[in-house]
Amino acid sequence: MPVPELFEFFVDPGRCIGCQSCIQACAECDTHKGQSMIQLDYVDRSRSTQTLPVLCMHCDSPTCAEVCPADAIKRTGDGVVQTARKPRCIACNNCVLACPFGVPKMNTRLNLMMKCDMCYDRTSVGLKPMCASVCPSQALAFGTRAEMTKLRPRAKPVNTFQFGMQTIRTKVNVMVPLDAPREVVDVTAAMFEPTIGHDVLDDVFESGGEG
Amino acid sequence: MSDPTAHNGSLGPPSVPPNGAPATEQPRWRRDFPIDSDEDDYVSRRDLVKYIVLTSGAFAVGQLWLVSQKLFGRRSTPPPTLPVASVSELAVGGAKTFNYPQGSTPRLLVRLGPRAFVAYDQQCTHLQCPVIPVVEQGKLHCPCHNGWFDLRSGAPIAGPPQRRLPRVLLEVRNQTVYATGIEDGAG
Repeated sequence: MPVPELFEFFVDPGRCIGCQSCIQACAECDTHKGQSMIQLDYVDRSRSTQTLPVLCMHCDSPTCAEVCPADAIKRTGDGVVQTARKPRCIACNNCVLACPFGVPKMNTRLNLMMKCDMCYDRTSVGLKPMCASVCPSQALAFGTRAEMTKLRPRAKPVNTFQFGMQTIRTKVNVMVPLDAPREVVDVTAAMFEPTIGHDVLDDVFESGGEG
Repeated sequence: MSDPTAHNGSLGPPSVPPNGAPATEQPRWRRDFPIDSDEDDYVSRRDLVKYIVLTSGAFAVGQLWLVSQKLFGRRSTPPPTLPVASVSELAVGGAKTFNYPQGSTPRLLVRLGPRAFVAYDQQCTHLQCPVIPVVEQGKLHCPCHNGWFDLRSGAPIAGPPQRRLPRVLLEVRNQTVYATGIEDGAG
């Protein structure tokens, strides 16, 4: 059964309180064997408490599947990009490096790329994904578009993203302020910047000792 | 995968390739390695079962056709009589190859006694190596896999061959040996 078209996923990073409920709930999902497939990114940990949940955006033209040399990543008819097929995945990490959102993760123990599949066992029967069902501030929300417009009149859903010359349309929406300009990520300028999680600012203990 | 017709009801738009061109203008490999899983499952269980049943059915029909050819097929007309050698040409124990009918595989004529001639197909019935007459032992030898045939009947004696050599029927008239027909070894 496909995921009903009526229901859409809305991510609102501005509402995230960093409680990690989604991470715990995600690991409960039956489609990925007790592994959490959602990440909580700290934007600038030394200066801000702002966090944002990162889950698969389910692109219309998934870059992970485009770069897969083993034809292992498939998108189901309802637009959900699934975890790599175990008999095909060769654990080459191409998808991990290529995804502009940094979603796919390599499970080296299983030699398998694993990613968020929008809790396919739940959403395909009309239930909410695990993360959206537990999120206390509804930064992760799963519902109809009309419902979302009514509840959040000052935000608009965005599902088109520009990474350099690549335009990406996604199934998952990000809520931004109504007057927010269109973001363009300059991928070549960011090429030599350290990635999130390896930033020196993350090392709060060392900078605290000096100060 | 469930019933594909049930799936089509709520099937969303297909995945769009990065260059945005329609599916007909995409390179061939995109059709072979589609991103949408609905296009990927092109060999269904039903297709496989259908293929297996039809293929084995074709084999069974082929076997029946072969049997009916053997039982009811028209007998081929015997080839015309052909002079092979003169009696004086071969000494007792001598051998000669000839073609009968014209253009056939080589046949082997052996003179066993003053009035006794035999002729066989020269191809071993195992893997078509030429056989060599060993007249003093009364046998034909195939050196490829050490196969042995009886010189008087053409029946296999030892080694891998299982079927007798096709025999050429002979007739001696006016000091000339004529080939008059072929007796198939399988019969």
